[in-house]
Amino acid sequence: MTDALLTGANASTDVPLKRRLRRAERTRQVKALALVLPLLVFLLFTFAGPIAGMLWRAIDDREVRQALPQTVAALASWDGKDLPDEKAYAALASDIVAARAAGTIAIAAKRLNYALNGFRTILTSTARNLKTVPEPGTAKETLGKINPAWRERTTWTTIKDAGGPVTGFYLLAALDLTRNVDGAIVAAPPDQAIYRDVFARTFLISLGVTALCLILGFPVAYLLATLPPGRSNLLMIFVLLPFWTSLLVRTCAWIVLLQSNGVVNDSLHWLGIIDAPLRLIYNRFGVCVAMTHVLLPFMILPLYSSMKAISPAYMRAAASLGAPPLTAFLRIYLPQTLPGIGAGSLLVFILALGYYITPALVGGAADQMISYFIALYTTETANWGLASALGAVLLLATILLALVYGKLVQGQQVTGGMKN
Amino acid sequence: MSDNPSLRTPSQRIAWTATIVISTLVFIFLIAPILAIMPLSFSSGSYLTYPLPGLSLRWYDDFINSPRWMNSLKNSMIIGVASTLLSMVLGTLAALGLAQWKSRFKPLVLAFVLSPVVVPGVITAVGLYFFFAPIGLTGSYVGLILAHTALATPFVVITVGATLQSFDTNLARAAASLGASPLEAFRRVILPLILPGLASGALFAFATSFDEVVIVLFMAGPEQRTLPREMFSGIRENISPTITAAAVILTTVSVILLATLEGLRRRNERLKGGG
Repeated sequence: MTDALLTGANASTDVPLKRRLRRAERTRQVKALALVLPLLVFLLFTFAGPIAGMLWRAIDDREVRQALPQTVAALASWDGKDLPDEKAYAALASDIVAARAAGTIAIAAKRLNYALNGFRTILTSTARNLKTVPEPGTAKETLGKINPAWRERTTWTTIKDAGGPVTGFYLLAALDLTRNVDGAIVAAPPDQAIYRDVFARTFLISLGVTALCLILGFPVAYLLATLPPGRSNLLMIFVLLPFWTSLLVRTCAWIVLLQSNGVVNDSLHWLGIIDAPLRLIYNRFGVCVAMTHVLLPFMILPLYSSMKAISPAYMRAAASLGAPPLTAFLRIYLPQTLPGIGAGSLLVFILALGYYITPALVGGAADQMISYFIALYTTETANWGLASALGAVLLLATILLALVYGKLVQGQQVTGGMKN
Repeated sequence: MSDNPSLRTPSQRIAWTATIVISTLVFIFLIAPILAIMPLSFSSGSYLTYPLPGLSLRWYDDFINSPRWMNSLKNSMIIGVASTLLSMVLGTLAALGLAQWKSRFKPLVLAFVLSPVVVPGVITAVGLYFFFAPIGLTGSYVGLILAHTALATPFVVITVGATLQSFDTNLARAAASLGASPLEAFRRVILPLILPGLASGALFAFATSFDEVVIVLFMAGPEQRTLPREMFSGIRENISPTITAAAVILTTVSVILLATLEGLRRRNERLKGGG
């Protein structure tokens, strides 16, 4: 294309060649960008937008503000030190009567109950017993009589904290943190503090699976990289076939193999190794085995391509210089596989972190990873704020690791087919 | 292997033997589960145990005569084909553009385009669930096709991009110098040459959609349940031999895809070797 431009430029000399070239290049770039644009717009709508929306939900806090607008306004000037003044009580009483009529009281009650266990009862019992808006000056007394909780500072700080429009509440909760009555960040009560354990478990399982994949994958990748192409291509089928087989098929297969009257238990029994069937599935063991099986190709393929690039001349040189095989392996070969080890391990670890299907199907209650809780809060309990906050933490971890991965492979091709 | 220096001393021979033994065990670990599940689908009994009481095709019969399973297969095909077509158009255009585009923002754009692959399925699914529900796209084919397209397109961009990298741009120039319009040069010179890359991209895209289950779990209504989604609930409730029949069907599809892809790769290598 440049050649054509050059001949064009020779024909007319009034516009400098350089400028014409630059202009042509600019048009070319604009055209190139125009080709990418449809995909960018599409992904904005089907991917980036939805994820941004999820992140927004992690801090969005409008339920209470919408149901109890006057109360939130009245509490804005409250310093939170003593009980709020009569004005706030009157606002709350009139808000409750209005919200009950509008049917929005349950939404606010649900949100407030996340922050303070039992708040739902406080609010609904008050709404039930408060027939009309109290006379001016008596709101504080009336509400206190209906439910003594209105004489407590915590009740009011909870409403003020939930007043929105944005909150750090869900993000703090995702890290087992909460704000106390004075607004300081403290550890969440033990019955609500489960997510650090979940994150630790997710990391631990992912780390274990990554280690297993590396231990099992390294010799295989070495064999495939060392054998002559004909034979290694044939053996590659053993890696690619599982890679292409549906995740559900593989998970299903492991259940069939590992169940109490499955192939593995039957064989062990027949061999006389065990008397009673072992519990091999619906526990941590089953999760690790199935996940290792699913993710092993993601380890073998990057390891293989890094090993394939190592020239055998280095090992021969090491040997000719008198290095014993083990020394040559540890000091010459292994260091050269490190980029492959890093890429494979990071890839497996990233994929393992977000895993949902396999643990959901072969894990017990104590083996569920972070994805399970995100799904649970989205579809079952509809605690969307918390689901989004947990998602935000998982996303952050994934992005950080993916950045490291990107640095590591640096322009190398990403192996495809990542399934979740 | 005559060149293999690891076969000189006894210790090297031991290490090599160990590599072969361990690798064989890992190959068995990788393949055995897939092989083990197949014969069970031909069992005449209703329990998923060996030895098989006898052979029969009753579970395939069950599968074919079940409106639930057949509907899920149909849905998988509809959604798979539609999202493949859509991702081919978007992905090929983007790959063509990215191959020519020079900018310091290119790595950033590329990272964004590829990110649906890396972001955990649950996060994409939750985001889409919140985003699509208010506009009526949950519980619809359109919503699922769009979501699967987003997941599949990165693979198209990668495979087509890789083909373009090895594409000799002189050929396009030659076409232009012989008087072909850009469109004609694309249709008659570029397209036939990058066709294997496009085909691989399409296979990747189809496989991605055909195997996807997390987004379907969140977004599909009862009408749009796909084959993996049906298997998911089947495995959760009670694994019947019909599921193993479904598994065999799914695996057969995978093998066909894999074989086609391998054929394309070989053809490509042959062509490169010839040139």
